[in-house]
Amino acid sequence: MNAKLIGKMFPHPRWAVISVPYLWLLVFFAIPFLIVLKISFSRLAIAMPPYTPIMEYVDNAVSLKLNLTNYIGLFTDSQYVQAYLSSIKIAAISTLLALLIGYPMAYVIAKLPPSARNIAMMLVILPSWTSFLIRVYAWIGILKPNGLLNDVLLKLHLISEPLQISNTPTAAYIGIVYCYLPFMVLPLYTNLVKHDHRLLEAAYDLGAKPWKAFLTITLPLSRAGIIAGCMLVMIPAVGEFVIPELLGGPDTLMIGRVLWNEFFNNRDWPTASAVAIVMLLLLMIPILIFNRVQQSEIEGRLT
Amino acid sequence: MSGLIRRWPTWLVLGLGFAFLYLPILVLMFYSFNENKLATVWSGFSLKWYGKLLQNDQMLGAAWISIKIAFCTATAAVVLGTLAALVMTRMRRFPGKTLFGALITAPLVMPEVILGLSVLMLFMSLGEVIGLAPRGVVSIWIAHVTFTLAFVTVVLSSRMAELDKSLEEAAMDLGANRVKVFFLITLPIISPAIISGWLLAFTLSLDDVVVASFVSGPNSTTLPMVIFSSARRGLNPQVNALATIMIVVVSAGAFLAWWLMQREEKRKQRDMQLALQDNG
Repeated sequence: MNAKLIGKMFPHPRWAVISVPYLWLLVFFAIPFLIVLKISFSRLAIAMPPYTPIMEYVDNAVSLKLNLTNYIGLFTDSQYVQAYLSSIKIAAISTLLALLIGYPMAYVIAKLPPSARNIAMMLVILPSWTSFLIRVYAWIGILKPNGLLNDVLLKLHLISEPLQISNTPTAAYIGIVYCYLPFMVLPLYTNLVKHDHRLLEAAYDLGAKPWKAFLTITLPLSRAGIIAGCMLVMIPAVGEFVIPELLGGPDTLMIGRVLWNEFFNNRDWPTASAVAIVMLLLLMIPILIFNRVQQSEIEGRLT
Repeated sequence: MSGLIRRWPTWLVLGLGFAFLYLPILVLMFYSFNENKLATVWSGFSLKWYGKLLQNDQMLGAAWISIKIAFCTATAAVVLGTLAALVMTRMRRFPGKTLFGALITAPLVMPEVILGLSVLMLFMSLGEVIGLAPRGVVSIWIAHVTFTLAFVTVVLSSRMAELDKSLEEAAMDLGANRVKVFFLITLPIISPAIISGWLLAFTLSLDDVVVASFVSGPNSTTLPMVIFSSARRGLNPQVNALATIMIVVVSAGAFLAWWLMQREEKRKQRDMQLALQDNG
């Protein structure tokens, strides 16, 4: 291609480059949140769409009616409060478990020789390329009362009766940790692999025990990786729907399921919108922390 | 041998970690060859579930819809993602860059139920205001481009950030404008990252059940939606067979992408060494 032709195609390249993705994100990502916010202040109505307008044009004046009943309902009905609390609890415990499994993995992979490192990381990421839904489905067959896990444990005489794991919160924990583990290992590895070995060698030379060196050097230095990994696991886990629905059974109360039921079963769009807005507010601080870590990563600055 | 023994903690961690990651998938694939209808009771090798799957028009139709959506999603996400990565890594600050950065990274962690609900509400409002609401394949495509764009942008920006800027600067010193530099220098160098970004967006789109359930309309049931409704009812050997096919195809694709990246990396290192030798 010659320069003149390209110049004609893009008279103002800088603004063309900025505006196309920017407009897409504004229209399809930012504005939808404002609409959800608007609907969360409206009243449920038997109509299509099933809610009342919040702005009305009466007597040459626009009147804005903000209806707070949806939000009041969320905070007075114990079902919603419990769903929020239990989502946060399940997400937090799963994140901690993922960190406890993911940190040693990232740590030993970062210590492997470079060629083995790449293969090991590819093997960590590969499952997350295969369908998330299928990986959750795989656990249904393993955790069932007559499933593989119980079969093996019974044959080894470790248990005398099948364990009831499927359709309990335990199954939901296993599912979340399993599905999100690669998202924990990846940022930890990216961080750990950049560490300067000379720091540890210096600590050993000065007589530090391996554990002491790890706690005073490696662990503090990997803070950014820990934060990024925990955010990548915890934020989506709070709103998770598929895993509690397929594995958790009726006892696993999570806010993503509540939102889904309000929307699809009760057709209550205003309440579903209010549930989404409160969830978003809860996640706002972790999302902002994540954004800061991620952007400094993208722009190539070191944290 | 003593090294092997001394490094037992490494092998233990890797062994347990990879067993946890891979055993469930292997078990799932294994039972797709089970002759028994009860997916967890082994009664002999059989390919009959694959045969049944090939006659299942509902699943095959849904698979075709999903592949079409994933193809269009990945293509659009790569084009928009390249532009977004240029904005993130190559442009000095402009008013609104902070908001842009927030909008581009937030979908990475945004719960899918919120994404699905909000995009659907946008389409519903559009329907009220202009009387035209995309429902079905187009609305799924738009929603998928929006959330895969974030992942593609991260992949491409990290590649662009580590790219040697001296090549671009040299081309500009020799009189090429920014557009020409992008097409002749930057684009060829980042092309492996573009391929892996495309594949990532493709698999993410092919995998999504939540967002698609919100925005889909009649005649646009995607494959994950069919799998999900079947999984809710319990185990189904046909799903195991379908899953096995998908896992094999996706792993082959992912391996190809990884191999391309590796080859590029090795070539780069070799070129660097050659350049150093020439200088010396």
